[in-house]
Amino acid sequence: MPRLEDRDPSLDDPENDVASWSRTKELQKILWNGGFAGIAFPSAYGGLGLTPEHQHAFNRESQGYEMPLRINVPTLAICAATVLDMGSEQQKRDRIGGALRGDELMVQFLSEPRGGSDLAGVTTRAERDGDVWILNGAKIWSSGAYAADYGLCLVRTDWSVPKHAGLTMFLVPVHTPGITIRRIRQVNGSTEFCEEFFDDVMLPADSVVGEVNGGWAVASRQLYWERTSMGGGSPYVSGWGRGIPAAAARSLAGLARSVGRLDDVAVRELIGESRANHLVQSALVRRVTIGLTTGALPGPSASMTRLMHAETDWRDSDIRVDIAGSAAVTGATGEVGELSLNRQAGSLGGGSTEMARNVISERVLGMPREFAADRDVPFKDVKQGRA
Amino acid sequence: MDFDLTPDQKLFRETTRKFLESEVSLEKVRELSTGPESFDRAWWARGAELGWTALLVPEDQGGGSVSDAGLLDLLIVAEEMGRLVSPGPLLPVNVVLSALVDAGGHDDSVGSLLAGEAVATWAVYEPGGGWAPSAPGVTATPDGDGWVLSGVKDRVESADQADLFLVTAAAPEGLTQFLVPRDAVTVEPTTSLDLVRRFGAVRLDDVTVPASAVVGTVGQAGESVARQQQVAGVLQAAETAGAVDRVLEFTIAWAFDRYSFGRPLASYQALKHRFADMKTWTEAIHGIVSDAGSAVQNRADDAAELVAAAGAYVGEKSTAIIQDCVQLHGGIGVTWEHDLHLYLRRATVNRALYGTPSDHRRALADIVISREAA
Repeated sequence: MPRLEDRDPSLDDPENDVASWSRTKELQKILWNGGFAGIAFPSAYGGLGLTPEHQHAFNRESQGYEMPLRINVPTLAICAATVLDMGSEQQKRDRIGGALRGDELMVQFLSEPRGGSDLAGVTTRAERDGDVWILNGAKIWSSGAYAADYGLCLVRTDWSVPKHAGLTMFLVPVHTPGITIRRIRQVNGSTEFCEEFFDDVMLPADSVVGEVNGGWAVASRQLYWERTSMGGGSPYVSGWGRGIPAAAARSLAGLARSVGRLDDVAVRELIGESRANHLVQSALVRRVTIGLTTGALPGPSASMTRLMHAETDWRDSDIRVDIAGSAAVTGATGEVGELSLNRQAGSLGGGSTEMARNVISERVLGMPREFAADRDVPFKDVKQGRA
Repeated sequence: MDFDLTPDQKLFRETTRKFLESEVSLEKVRELSTGPESFDRAWWARGAELGWTALLVPEDQGGGSVSDAGLLDLLIVAEEMGRLVSPGPLLPVNVVLSALVDAGGHDDSVGSLLAGEAVATWAVYEPGGGWAPSAPGVTATPDGDGWVLSGVKDRVESADQADLFLVTAAAPEGLTQFLVPRDAVTVEPTTSLDLVRRFGAVRLDDVTVPASAVVGTVGQAGESVARQQQVAGVLQAAETAGAVDRVLEFTIAWAFDRYSFGRPLASYQALKHRFADMKTWTEAIHGIVSDAGSAVQNRADDAAELVAAAGAYVGEKSTAIIQDCVQLHGGIGVTWEHDLHLYLRRATVNRALYGTPSDHRRALADIVISREAA
């Protein structure tokens, strides 16, 4: 792999995003050709069939090298992992293989413009017409959809049953007639998020992942992998980090030095607090992983790592602003301020932390579920808006 | 503790828990708080028989552990003691034992501590000073074959019942530790927020001790004191973890039992979200205690860093969780009769003792900054 210090920094520029994605594919091809792609994926689908520990060892050794980090989430850690668990043989061979070879990227088509955290309330629909399905509706908040090749798309296929029972998951080729992609500009200037519109998109029957009307099971698995990867416990990521902006990856001590505050006791306490949070976060990931493996913790416990990840992110964002002070908003470390505007990213992406807290209280602690007006009601009878 | 305890460790935990539950219930803790002594020496000797003093001592010196990872076994005891805010000098005795065993010599003292016949404590704080165990004001002056020690130590745990004091002192050659017997010093009891953990100030008025009182090598105690800080830090964090665990358990049970406006507290989203945070923090506390414990057990390079992270995080979150549990109990939570304050007292003392969260954060920053500079 190329050395990290030789990396082209212009790839961090939001305006240069397409180049950054094609660089990701290039790097993945290098990884593939070197025989190190998909270390923990089964060999039948292009991986090496080794253990998460092998991947971990590789990740440790790969520090200092330029890695295809942007392919990790969502392509490998969420989408490929879901296809591996729930897809057909053909889907596993095609999509996992395509991703590992560096030929294809995948994206999640889950959220909808009016959806918020009520994922099972999706109203994008697919209707069967002979051998094909016709897809109509809209999805939003998909990262890098313009650069992706396939999307895991959750849609409604039966409106006569309660919401969870009428869903189906499809593998949708992103660049297909009837799909319009619009990029969304965020407060920090990033245009990675997209909105997609589906107008009579034709999908062959073998695009269904899992069972028709069994989409919630697939989505649940996908959400499990999403929580796992957000929390830092995925066995399918290659290299550490998620290709986050340089300002977020920058060391706090380096930041403190650059603003002349490294010897300030208050600043040192902030640096120490952040370090403690990160060590605790990895300790929690380890503990939850053991808890899930031994059955000591119920499956939804992965939401605890998701919540902790968001909290650590938040605190780091605040700490960076505190260390940089006015320089964060006016001076040389302006990117610190820009980054803080997007502080909520870690607690919204992958489901809001409010949802994580519901999952923890209801499914880990067994507390009563929130009242839901749509429970056991055929979806066509569920109110969709105020009117 | 971790979810992957060995069957032997699980049995050890059960035995410890049963013994503590029958011997020092919270009712007993309340009784002890008004008595002359915070723990009964005969009771401590029985704890020693159960292994509480043996786990950091090698087998050829009469010790031994349940799993060949003595410190991790000891953390099980500390956690169980935290669950019942138990009395007893578990931390000071074991910190001194680990120091003596590492340094070699002092076989008689090791033997009597092991048997629970003697009690030792760790004298590392000084009046008016913060947490700086490697920079003592107590001086050690050579005197013939022996030494003269002068100065005062305070915040000395179990000082009232200690027979031996492991004292840090500044000798001309540098940081040195001495094992000083009770009859050479004056102990003045001080107050304690904890109902059954007592502290005292220890005066060393030109105390003469023989050369054999030195622990380890004269002037070379730095590494040893650093190791003692790690053992103390992780033991204390494990004890706090046990306390938090128990408080969260009975507060969650309370949320299911207590009804307001015709429904249990556990059904209110505003409260459920706080319980979700507390559950997450509690699991995180166990995680970091366990990571720090393994690093100290294995004498790993990152042991000091992980212990500092545990000190910073556990100190901060434990008191936050227990205070929030008081809030969730409502008025009953701030009564003397409710057990909550026993736990809050223990956690509050632990948060302040042997380094505050701020102290630990500064220590972490030192480690991070020096590593980045390297």
